[in-house]
Amino acid sequence: MNFDFSDDQRLLQDAVRTMLADTSTSQAVREVLEGRASHSEAVWRNLIEMGAAAAAIPEQYGGAGLGYLELCLVAEEAGRHLVAVPLSSSFYLAAEAILRAGSEAQKQHWLPKIAGGELVATAALGSRERYRAPAPLAFEGATLTGTSPALVDGGIAGLAVLRVADELVLVDLAGAGVSRTPVPTLDPTRPLTALHFDHTPAERLPAAEAATVAARVLDGAAVLLAFEQVGGAARILEATRDYSLERKAFGRQIGSFQALKHKMAEIYTAIELARVHAYYGAWALSSDAPELPKAAAAARVSATRAYVVAAEEGIELHGGIGFTWEMDCHLHYRRARHLGQLIGSEHAWRARLADELIKEAA
Amino acid sequence: MDFRDTPEEAAFRAEVRAWLEANGQKRSRPDEVFGEGLDEAARLAAAKAWQAKKAAAGYAAITWPKAAGGRGGTAMQQVIYQQEEAAFVVPGMIFEISIGMGLPTVMTWAAPELKARFLRPGLAGEEIWCQLFSEPGAGSDTGGVRTRAVREGDEWVVNGQKVWTSGAHFCDYGILLTRTDWDKPKQEGLTMFIVDMKAPGVEVRPIHQMSGDSEFNEVFFTDVRIPDAYRLGPECGGWKVMLSTLMQERLSVGGNLPTDLHAHLIALARKCAWDARPAIEDDRVRARIADAYLQQKGVELVIARGLTAISKGKAPGPEMSITKLVAAKAMQDIAAFALELAGPEGLIGYEALGGDWRYMQRLWLGAPGARIAGGTDEILKNVIAERVLGLPGEIRTDRKVPFRELEHG
Ligand SMILES: Cc1cc2nc3c(=O)[nH]c(=O)nc-3n(C[C@H](O)[C@H](O)[C@H](O)COP(=O)(O)OP(=O)(O)OC[C@H]3O[C@@H](n4cnc5c(N)ncnc54)[C@H](O)[C@@H]3O)c2cc1C
Repeated sequence: MNFDFSDDQRLLQDAVRTMLADTSTSQAVREVLEGRASHSEAVWRNLIEMGAAAAAIPEQYGGAGLGYLELCLVAEEAGRHLVAVPLSSSFYLAAEAILRAGSEAQKQHWLPKIAGGELVATAALGSRERYRAPAPLAFEGATLTGTSPALVDGGIAGLAVLRVADELVLVDLAGAGVSRTPVPTLDPTRPLTALHFDHTPAERLPAAEAATVAARVLDGAAVLLAFEQVGGAARILEATRDYSLERKAFGRQIGSFQALKHKMAEIYTAIELARVHAYYGAWALSSDAPELPKAAAAARVSATRAYVVAAEEGIELHGGIGFTWEMDCHLHYRRARHLGQLIGSEHAWRARLADELIKEAA
Repeated sequence: MDFRDTPEEAAFRAEVRAWLEANGQKRSRPDEVFGEGLDEAARLAAAKAWQAKKAAAGYAAITWPKAAGGRGGTAMQQVIYQQEEAAFVVPGMIFEISIGMGLPTVMTWAAPELKARFLRPGLAGEEIWCQLFSEPGAGSDTGGVRTRAVREGDEWVVNGQKVWTSGAHFCDYGILLTRTDWDKPKQEGLTMFIVDMKAPGVEVRPIHQMSGDSEFNEVFFTDVRIPDAYRLGPECGGWKVMLSTLMQERLSVGGNLPTDLHAHLIALARKCAWDARPAIEDDRVRARIADAYLQQKGVELVIARGLTAISKGKAPGPEMSITKLVAAKAMQDIAAFALELAGPEGLIGYEALGGDWRYMQRLWLGAPGARIAGGTDEILKNVIAERVLGLPGEIRTDRKVPFRELEHG
């Protein structure tokens, strides 16, 4: 057993961290938050150029051909630095779906474009929970008609992978009959867009079973998002710890009050549990182990919890200033919610974990 | 990164499994307990026999050096052994303090003759050890001990009282924390000794615990004589000796969390009904099963990460405190939920309700102790906050004051 990343993998992580510390600044993220940019262009370009975003895409399709473990570490840094780029849409979801379900021609055509950043791709693979009746999306003949109501990165995407009934459908967004409407969101650093299709040319991803492929892609995304969540949670805990050492009340550093110390110790504990579950998920993902569904769900639930708690308590422990627009606390509060619901809630994943455990105990 | 056994680990696992199958007794049900139906004397004798067998085969303390009677093996091998042993009916709560805390302290701090005298018999289970730190006025604040040791030539004369001493009623030796200088600040006036629990003047009185058992005791010392050769570490150096012991203790409790509690929950949930449906079909029940897994597996993985660090030559630090913090509370929460599954009937003792419930009922009654022993949840959070996160220490008014001038309570 060896439960750690290799030195080479850590080197890549360090390089990404250094780059993001310079480019994914609070100011850069706020450009997107305040609607002055659709995403952080410089950050995105750098991630693409370093091959970091395409770490898990095979070289034959224009990727860096490193692997999932590397992509996990990139994701952790992305989370630490609150990147406002289409990493999850393009690389955890769309590229993965094409890689797993696409024809050779589809892979040859689309993956190099995604890997090279020529094209942003987005995906909606279906979710257990919903509020409104599913928007009527119909795939008939070779065209798609209807609305996909709220896609992350839908505004800048050139390609979408959509679950339509029992099929996964690939739509070139440069095609005819596509229109877009921005949708307001709780985390404007990751804008949502509705995509409308009117007899837009589209094609199937010919995998045997859409549901199986979608589940597998979502498991992988759950692991990768867990790394982003752990990165974000660790960062907001550090910021909170530092603030608690500076700020004084009742003649002491507030970080010396045991109520605060214990809260931070609890957040730390939640993050470390989430981290080891994420590592376990990373191993299962990279080795295609049969444990993946269980490990991915465990990573998803614990990381979602850890980030939400860290972000909520991060504001609380900062006091009034934590509630201001100027502080970054709310960026984590928003991002924790975004990452925690993007591919289904903590509760839905907990149910999935329980299903796996019960199956195993049968 | 790889979770599977390396070829060497797989070979060791196979060897261990073969030995256990040839020498041990497999559990007939998951919650079968060692020595059920035996009286304490017979249970103890059976436990000692098992420990002797284990020691002879080199499995009693795998990570100990060969010179001390161990195997000179790796921490990973120790874990593999424990994983395999979990399927067998073996004694619990008897040798843990000997092997995990008492004897390692002897190994680190005692003179060579004493090591030669104590390590092998201890390992073979011939002598059992306890840990005599806590006192009525010194628990979390271990530095507050008042049991007094006064030097008389080559001997020390000990008077005072210890409390919560696990296993003292069947132990042969103990590591004893005493105060030898009352004019120094509290942590600087302590000295550690080996004490013979059968020596004149040592009196052990079992304490009746909330679980109904009597696993821990009060221990009284009246003019007990200890040779100076039995001192562990320097005079007034007891604090450092104690810290080395406690770090071991926190790790070992975390390592004791069973990893299959969710499976016990699943089995019980299949048998109970909620709203006229099997409880296992209820989403609230399923959610708790998932959470139980998250905590247990999390602790297991944190330990795995620590082991990887050890195998790369790094020492796992105070981060490992989270294992005991999470494990003890997880036991309490999971057991409480298991009892709730049966509704009002869950209040009926397993003796009447059925043997299936024994495990969770005993776990529930034992868990409050696990959250206290070896450092309470609050103390562990202080450790994490201060030593991992670098937050300021608690305000201490007792740091520089001679111990005799401090208030006690
Ligand atoms: C099952 C069991 C087995 C044990 N076995 C042994 C043994 O073999 N040998 C041995 O020496 N001891 C043993 N102990 C004793 C154990 O180490 C102590 O009970 C424990 O350290 C707590 O000390 P205390 O009981 O004096 O509680 P106290 O220290 O009086 O604590 C009371 C409460 O105050 C809180 N508290 C105290 N100080 C602080 C602080 N600074 N910040 C926040 N909260 C604080 C505690 O968390 C607790 O909630 C055992 C205890 C149990 C329950």
